[in-house]
Parts: sequence; C-alpha cells; structure tokens
Amino acid sequence: MAVDLGLSPDQQAIEDVFASFFSREAPPTVARAAEPLGFDRALWDKLGALEAPGMAASTEAGGGGATLSELVVVAETVGRSIAPVPLVEHLVATRVHPEADLVAGSALATIALHPADADGRWRLVPAGAVAEVVVGLDGSDFVAVRSAPPGDGPRNHGSAPLADRSARDASRTVIAGPAEFEAALDSWRVLTAATLVGIGATAIDLAVTYALEREQFGVPIGSFQAVQHALADLPGLVDGARLLTHKAAWVTDRGEPGSLDVDHNDITDPAALATMAFVFAADAAAAATDRSLHVHGGYGFAEEYDIQLFYRRARGWALVLDDPARECLQLADRLFPTTAGR
Amino acid sequence: MDFSLPPEVEAYRDQVRAIIAETVTPEVIERQHRTGTFNSPELNRALAEQGLLERAVPGLGKGDPIELYVLFNELEKAGAPYDALAVAIMIAGVVNHVGTDEQKARVLPSITSGEALVCMGYSEPDAGSDLASLTTRAVRDGDEWVIDGAKMWTTMAHEARWLILLTRTNPDVAPHKGLTMFFLPMDTPGITVEPVHTMATERTNATFYDNVRVGDDCVLGAVDEGWRVMTVALSFERGVMGGTNPAVPLLRHVRDWAERTGLLDDPILRERMARVAIDSEVAKLLTQRAAWIAASGGLPGLEGSMAKVFATDAYQRASRWFLQAAGPEGLLQFGEPGAAAEGWIEYDARHSPVTTIYGGTSEINRNNIAERHLGLPRSRR
Repeated sequence: MAVDLGLSPDQQAIEDVFASFFSREAPPTVARAAEPLGFDRALWDKLGALEAPGMAASTEAGGGGATLSELVVVAETVGRSIAPVPLVEHLVATRVHPEADLVAGSALATIALHPADADGRWRLVPAGAVAEVVVGLDGSDFVAVRSAPPGDGPRNHGSAPLADRSARDASRTVIAGPAEFEAALDSWRVLTAATLVGIGATAIDLAVTYALEREQFGVPIGSFQAVQHALADLPGLVDGARLLTHKAAWVTDRGEPGSLDVDHNDITDPAALATMAFVFAADAAAAATDRSLHVHGGYGFAEEYDIQLFYRRARGWALVLDDPARECLQLADRLFPTTAGR
Repeated sequence: MDFSLPPEVEAYRDQVRAIIAETVTPEVIERQHRTGTFNSPELNRALAEQGLLERAVPGLGKGDPIELYVLFNELEKAGAPYDALAVAIMIAGVVNHVGTDEQKARVLPSITSGEALVCMGYSEPDAGSDLASLTTRAVRDGDEWVIDGAKMWTTMAHEARWLILLTRTNPDVAPHKGLTMFFLPMDTPGITVEPVHTMATERTNATFYDNVRVGDDCVLGAVDEGWRVMTVALSFERGVMGGTNPAVPLLRHVRDWAERTGLLDDPILRERMARVAIDSEVAKLLTQRAAWIAASGGLPGLEGSMAKVFATDAYQRASRWFLQAAGPEGLLQFGEPGAAAEGWIEYDARHSPVTTIYGGTSEINRNNIAERHLGLPRSRR
C-alpha cells in the first residue's frame, strides 16, 4: 500500500482491451449514426462477446465480479468515443440485480435516478427507451421491474435513450431498501463521472488536432497564445476529474466508512467523493467541450464536425441526474452538517 | 490506483501535525500577520530537533517527494508560516545536489538545524518572467568575482543568513547560457536591503549589490551553468512544497464563522463551500500526482504547472465568493470587532491575487502546458 496514481496492471489490461475495442468499433460515425435515439444494438451485441455486460455482476451470479476501480476504466473509454450503448447504467443495475439474461447481455438493465412519482412513474430514465429491466426507488423499496421497453423516447440534448417507465408493473421484485439504492446511485455518479472524463479528454484531442490543422493569417491557429491559453487549463481539469473519479471508486471498493475531515482536507467518505467526482467531472467536461467547440470557430457549430456531438453529451449525460448546484447542496449536508441536522 | 499513504508516511504526517499543534500558536500566526515576516523560528527549530528538516532536504535526507509534499501540505492547511522554510529546504537541496563538499559542510548544517534561512536573488526590476534577460553582473577580478546590480522580490532578505544569487557572467552568448549562480552570506559587504511592503502585509525586499566581492568558493555549480542550477531548484519545488491548498484554511475559518453566525443554513453559501471543498480535493490530488511522479523518478514539471494553475485559480474564486457572501463584515480586518471569520476573509482577498503571479505566473505555466503537454507550436508572442 502506497500512493500509486497510475493504472494498476489489471486496470491497464482493461484499458487496453476497451480502448482498442471502442476506437475500432465505435468511431464518432457510430454515435452519429445512432442519433437521435442514441442506441446501437449491433455495438451492444459486440460488447457481449467481450463479456462486458456481466463484468459488474458477482462471480456467484456468473458475472466478472469487477471492482468499481476497474469499471471506471471501462466507463472512461465509453465516454472517449461517446459509444451509443448504456453500458454504465447496465453495469450499475446488474451489480445489484444480476439476473442471468442481464449478465449475459441478451437483455439490458438500467437505473432510474429519481424515485417514482405518486403515480408510480419513473420520469426520463436513462436507457429507459431500450432496457428491459429498470431498478429504482418506489417509496422505500428498491425494486427491479421487468417490462417491454418502448424502443423510442423523447429527442433530447445528449441523444440519450431516455424514456418514462412504470415502477408498478406486474413483474416487480423488491431487491433492497433506500440505503442500497443510494449506494447504487453513487456508483452511477462515479461511473458517469468517468464517462464525462472521457468526453473531456476527447474534446481536448479534437481541439488540438483542429488547432494544428487550421491556418489563419498564414499560420496554424494553435500557434496563437490566445488559443493556447484557452486550451491550457483543460488538461488539469480533466486529469483532476480523472484522479477524483478513481479516488471515489477506490474508497468505495475499500468498503470503509471513511473520513469527512474538511479541516485537514481529508475526505475519504465514499458518498461524499462520489458526488464530488460527479460534480467536478460534469464541470470539467462542460468546460472542455465548450472551449474545444469555440476553438473550432464556426465549424464547431456545424453538424458535420464531431465536437458538437461531444458538447451535447457532456451536458446531456450529466444533467439527466440534476443541476450540479443541487448536488453540491447534498454534498454540503455531509461536509457541513447544520445544528439542526446533527 | 492507490490513494493511501504508506503507514510510515502516515506516522510522519502525524508527527508533523503534532509539532504544528505545539508550536503554531495563535500568537505565532498573529505575529506573522503583524510583522509581515512569514517565518516561525519556533516551528523551524521544533522540526529540526526531530530531524525533520534534514529528512526533508531533497537528496540529503530521506529525499521522499511524498514526504516533502506531506510536510508542506500540512503546514499550509494549518495556516502556518512556512514560506521561508520552503525556500530554505529547496535551496539546501540545490546546494546538496550541485555544491562542493566544502560548501555543503559550510551551509547545510545551518539550514537543517532550523537556524539559518536563505533568500533568492533571481528576479530583477526589469527581469521577471523573462528571467534570462537579467542584468546583475559578476565580473572576474583576480581571484575574486565582483557583483553589481539589483534584485527584486528578495523575500526574507532582512532575516536570511544566506543568499542564492543568479548573475550574468558572460554577456556574449545566448541569454540563458551566460549565467552563473552564487551562494553567499547576506552580511557580505556591499549588499543593501530595502523593504517592499505588499497588499497582503507580507514584507518582501529589493536588494542592491554594489561592488560585492566573493571568491570561487561562492560559485554554486559551474561558471556559466547558472540556468541549469536554477532548473534543479525548480525540479524540487514544482508544486509539492505548498501553495496548492491555500483554500483549506480559508474554508475552515468560513465554516467556523458561518456556524457561529447562523449563516451555515444559507444555501448559496453552502453550495459555494461544497465547491471549494471539491476544488481543494482536486488541487490536492494534482499535487499528489506531481509528488508521486517525482517519487517514481520522473520530473513532474508539467503536472506541477497544472496543479499550480488550477489551485491558484480555485483559491481566487473561493476568496471572491466568500468576500461577497460575508457582506460588509467581510471587509473588516484582523482584530476589528465583528470582522467576518475574524478577518480571514478580508485577508485572503488581499493575499490571493499574488498566487497566480509568484512562483511562475499562470501565463508562463500555460505556455508550458500548451507547448510541452498539448504539443502546440511555440506561440506567437
């Protein structure tokens, strides 16, 4: 045990497999072709051959038993290529509900991020348009509901397969309680943070590539200090988000309560770090895509260029949960309890 | 990845925390802000007594960059006066790295005992970010060197025993090739010190060199190799010797004040406090990464630049938010009745502006990141 902020050998092996898979199978043309729904069945089926859908399920359930620290590596590769597959939602759901066809990947699962409303309806569930099984909170029950997905949903900013789903369908299983739901939601925060890190990383690459190619006044625009400085803040933001995301996964895997010692800047509480990673990665991805798009000039605004795909997903894939400001208020409740809350 | 400190580093951190608790009293902190001298002899001696200064000097002691990060991060989080100590430890590392045996014997014990400090004569009135354009000259005269010129921002010159001084010895070659580093006692005849007072109370100095005569024993490293000696110093410092978690003590003061005044229920303040906590965590992780790279034998220059640019921006943001949140009471200074957070909010609003300037401006760091990390062409300036 000692500080080691590089990928472990296991993490590196996972990175190698998934980075090469997505760069081969899911260049941005695939994400583009999957719009507006945001789901590519053929790509999902290829992930099945990698046994990716079952990675997060326990080995007892026939899954891969992967740790969250391993899954964040996978999730970042999804984000880097904005692959139109709800792998993050599926991994989160199968961790708590590892049914055989879900582990095999022949059916999809997802998590409803907000409790069901009074009518038993989950609103705008990520992957709700395509997943057979939805896990989520209904009252104080953490339930899994199996029903036919609509196959379509409202067109949205991030081209994500969102849809409303019922929490009161006949084939409903109570799997746990609110505490387990909160833990599952935290793992969604961490893995989504990792996808946002991936989006930010690619946004930087796109900006640098364009700034080296594009010439104005007879020179590459990347040689202008104004352009350079707009981009120079981004690697620190994205690297910081990656470190924070990995730390959140690492403390979760450790399974210890952790510290909330703000005075010494010593936070190892898993729930606090999950929110921190989510908020920071969402901001970092928003900043990276914003500046990258701007550096592309008018072309960044044109549908033909890829940066707009990343720009919309940086926002859409994060805000499906909530305004980061409200996430900050939840974090504040953990870090700065008021007298009434103690 | 593994974010845990090894048990021996945790024990070291606890030892540092105990010394801070013992020696960094409210009186010490009050004196720092009253006098503008950001140094505590009590703290330095206590660290020295337990062997922690020698242990911290790169290459001399344990030389563990993780420990170096832990030491200065703990001091910074506690709001301890550590600026002078950081310079002394860093320069001791340089002397150890490039100095002669005689220089090491003459200099290092005085620093590792916590008795002597070092000030840095790098910047000049007309040479800041473009340091290689400096004009302070050292000219050979028989067995001696004769130094004439002026330096700016020579912080601690009024208390330091030693001076590390970058001079031009060869005006006929490329600017950074004709420089030589000297290491000399501050009581050498011909040196004068003029105070420069700053908005944040901290005192720095302008120093003047008039016919200062020293021997070859004061040349640090080889003649005309001064630029290389300076990069050695930078390689030790890069982001791991404090300066990347200044918002931690600010947040603590704000939280205590908000708790006392009932403002802790205010959602706008709570959101901002949470964001500051997130930024402080990220700043720490970026700093830890630089330390980890150094511990693995790498040179974390770019990672240090990223940590500094992010941390200092975040600190200025935090300082601005809290100054606004505190309203009129936030404008009151140390010692004034009713001052928000006992004057810390007002102090940090005065202190934070300098942090994107000293130790390498954000613009110079961004140039480095753009050219050497992103691979963009050398910029048109």
